[in-house]
Amino acid sequence: MPVLARLVEEAGIPTVVVTMMPDTAAKYELPRILGVPFPFGHAFGAPNDIEMQREVSEAAIGLLTDESAAKVRKDLEHLEWPQDDRTAYKDWQPSEPSPIVGYNANRRDKLEEKNKDQ
Amino acid sequence: MPIDSYRYLPRSFREGFEAFPIQETEPVKANLAVPITDAKIALMTSSGLYLESQEPFDTDTELENPLWGDPTYREIPRNTKQQEISAAHLHLNTRDYYVDFNVALPLDRFAELESEKRFGSLADINYSFMGYQQAGTPDWRNNQGPELIVKLKEQGVHALILAPA
Repeated sequence: MPVLARLVEEAGIPTVVVTMMPDTAAKYELPRILGVPFPFGHAFGAPNDIEMQREVSEAAIGLLTDESAAKVRKDLEHLEWPQDDRTAYKDWQPSEPSPIVGYNANRRDKLEEKNKDQ
Repeated sequence: MPIDSYRYLPRSFREGFEAFPIQETEPVKANLAVPITDAKIALMTSSGLYLESQEPFDTDTELENPLWGDPTYREIPRNTKQQEISAAHLHLNTRDYYVDFNVALPLDRFAELESEKRFGSLADINYSFMGYQQAGTPDWRNNQGPELIVKLKEQGVHALILAPA
C-alpha cells in the first residue's frame, strides 16, 4: 500500500496512509502518515465505536490540509483499544494460520532436518 | 509520543520489521488542488472487503501457493450497507467486518463528516483489495496502480485515504 500511495502522489493526488505500523510506512518516505494504536484490520477503530472512528477520520482529513512540511506523521497514541493487549493480539489473527506461516514452518523444518544430516 | 508499530505483531516478527531497510529516500508530495471544503475524497482499504454481489478474493489459489496473493481490487459504492459486505483475507480475522465494516472502510463516518461540511464530498466509488501481496507488488505498480489512478481522475477525486489492514 505504501507503494501505491507513492504512485498516486506522483500522479498529483495527495494521500494519507492510516496505519498501525507507521514506522514501516515511514520507510517509504510518504508525505502523510497517521499512526493508530489498534490491532491489525482495524485502522479506524473498534466496531460500533462511532466516536473513535470519527476521530481517526477527522485526523486523516486534517493531515490533508497541512501543507507546512514535506512530510508529516501524526500518531493518535491517546486512543485506547477496548481490549487488553493479549486478547486483542489473539482476536485479530485468523482462526487458521495463514498459508505463508505453514509454508515457512515447513521450510524451517526441512532446513533443520538438512543441517542435522550434515 | 510515537505509537509502538509492533505492539500487535507476533514477537518473532518484530526484529525483522525493525530491520526492514529504508525503501525510499526521495520525498514525493502532491498538495490538494482545491480547498478541503471542495475536495472529493476516496477511501481505500486492504482488508479484503467485497460486496456479496461481487466475486470474492481468490483465497483458494493462495492456499495452493502461499507465495501468491490475489492482486485484484473491488469497487465499493459509498452507500454500501452493512448487510451487503463480505470479506476474504487469510491473514486476518474478518469477524468484525460483519459487525461494522467502518473499522476498515469508514464510509458512514465520511458521509457524516461530509454532511457537516468538514470536507467537500465522499467519492461515489471507493476501493478494496486483499492486502497480502507478497509477489504482487510489481503487478500493482505496473497494472492495478495506474488503472486505479485513471479511475480516481475520472471520478474527479482530489485525495485518497489509504488504510492498510
